[in-house]
Amino acid sequence: MSKSDNSKHLPIRIQPFGQKAIEITWKEDVSEQILSANLQLTKALKKKINNDWEFISSYNTLTLIYNGVELFSYKELVELIRKEYNNLVLTTSKRHVKWILPVCYDEVYGIDLSEAANFLGLSKNELINLHTEAVYTIYGIGFLPGFMYLGGLPQILEIPRKPVPRLKVEKGAVGLASKQTGIYPQASPGGWNIIGNCPVPLFNVSKSNPCFFSVGDKVQFKSISQSEYEHIKIQMDVGIYEPEKVVIDA
Amino acid sequence: MLKVIKAGFYTTIQDAGRFGYRNKGVPISGVMDNEAYNKVNGLLENPTSTPILEITMMGPELVFTQPTFICLGGADLSAQLNKVSITNYKIYKVNAGDTLRFGKLNTGLRCYLGVKNGFNAEIVLNSASQYAPLTMAVKLEKGDVLNYGAVNSFQPKISELKAKENYAKETLLVDRGPEFHLLTDNQLAHLFSKQFTIAKENNRMAYQLHELLVGHNTSILTAATQPGTVQFTPAGRLIILMKDGQTTGGYPRILQLRPEAIALLAQKKHQDKLQFKLADTVF
Repeated sequence: MSKSDNSKHLPIRIQPFGQKAIEITWKEDVSEQILSANLQLTKALKKKINNDWEFISSYNTLTLIYNGVELFSYKELVELIRKEYNNLVLTTSKRHVKWILPVCYDEVYGIDLSEAANFLGLSKNELINLHTEAVYTIYGIGFLPGFMYLGGLPQILEIPRKPVPRLKVEKGAVGLASKQTGIYPQASPGGWNIIGNCPVPLFNVSKSNPCFFSVGDKVQFKSISQSEYEHIKIQMDVGIYEPEKVVIDA
Repeated sequence: MLKVIKAGFYTTIQDAGRFGYRNKGVPISGVMDNEAYNKVNGLLENPTSTPILEITMMGPELVFTQPTFICLGGADLSAQLNKVSITNYKIYKVNAGDTLRFGKLNTGLRCYLGVKNGFNAEIVLNSASQYAPLTMAVKLEKGDVLNYGAVNSFQPKISELKAKENYAKETLLVDRGPEFHLLTDNQLAHLFSKQFTIAKENNRMAYQLHELLVGHNTSILTAATQPGTVQFTPAGRLIILMKDGQTTGGYPRILQLRPEAIALLAQKKHQDKLQFKLADTVF
């Protein structure tokens, strides 16, 4: 792939987002290729721009938000972004990190599992198998600290939100809602169908890196029993649990 | 120590904010009205990002157990030090046993109480700003004690600012948001000619506006938001995100408030009016 081909194939739009931010936008598609270009541009720009800037990658947008006090030149920044993007040799490498997140699908936690399986015309085991076989991509993190926007849910598992949201969904609850699946990083109100619970905290303020995953990483769920769930909770409490990670080099 | 005798409505510890974790979904938090905060901290000659109390609508009753110097700013909540009225943006010496009370809300919504060298507060991810998902303490409660270092002498360079705030001003200066182009002529005409009313749903996360524009059926892929981002829901509702607002969202982001407009909005409450004015872009 030549350099000029990249920008032709994945054109970008750059626009200000108020006085303190600038946003780079790709075509409005949920696409691995766009996410990869987004993350590669992020990496290149981080080397060129001082740490007064925060970088937020989400699906087809990369937003740079300025926390500094000095004025900056919007025009110069646009030129820098264009230059860095045009110089990028967008790799097609499929190398990435995959997090294996344990989920207990026991109905103690998966309070909507039966109902969801019924609705989808599946047995509970079939639902669990489909949910754990899929490999998901983290397209964004937001809504709450450590909340992942995951892409890659098998179409067969698409189920509408619950008509009436619950006032309280437990921390770690794993849910299904239309094209999305994900984990509530803390107790909150929510309308997703709850099919299990993940004992691994997704945001831990006592760690220097409070959130172990990043946009672009992969996630796969692993079904665990209630006793394994309790075991991981104990490992968490005493601080010896490390999230399971594999590096995929496909 | 500062003893909390009565909690008041809603008082939190805030500083300039918690930066660097937006890519993990952590809002910046921090004071809603940066302008009042900076003046108070400036008069006290405190370093930037010194922890302060943000007092909302109905103030607490507080007793100081050590000498220090204090300064109030932002909303006028009829503060009294030992039953004597005190004014905003003026340095006062307090002694052990002194009581600070608040009364009627005269102007604004959020009042700031700073002490010389700031309050010693729980620091989470480099910030003292209280935010429920991250910090142990979420707001001031009756019986709480806040620590600060005793200060016996301080000769401020400036002991009082005379300029008064104008919170009655209704115009919020805005820039175009990333999805501004989605607005129809009809929506644009309403957006910049209508007077909007602040709904009762207003807090540190977001301010909703009462009047609706004509709705739409455009959703966007989840993208970053900032304090001051105006979201436009399919039902036509305008939601202005504030300091504890979520870091991403799926509603079109049609406007972005200027920092001074965020500070002004932070002093507005339910039923107050506002209008949007598009800034002359100077990029």
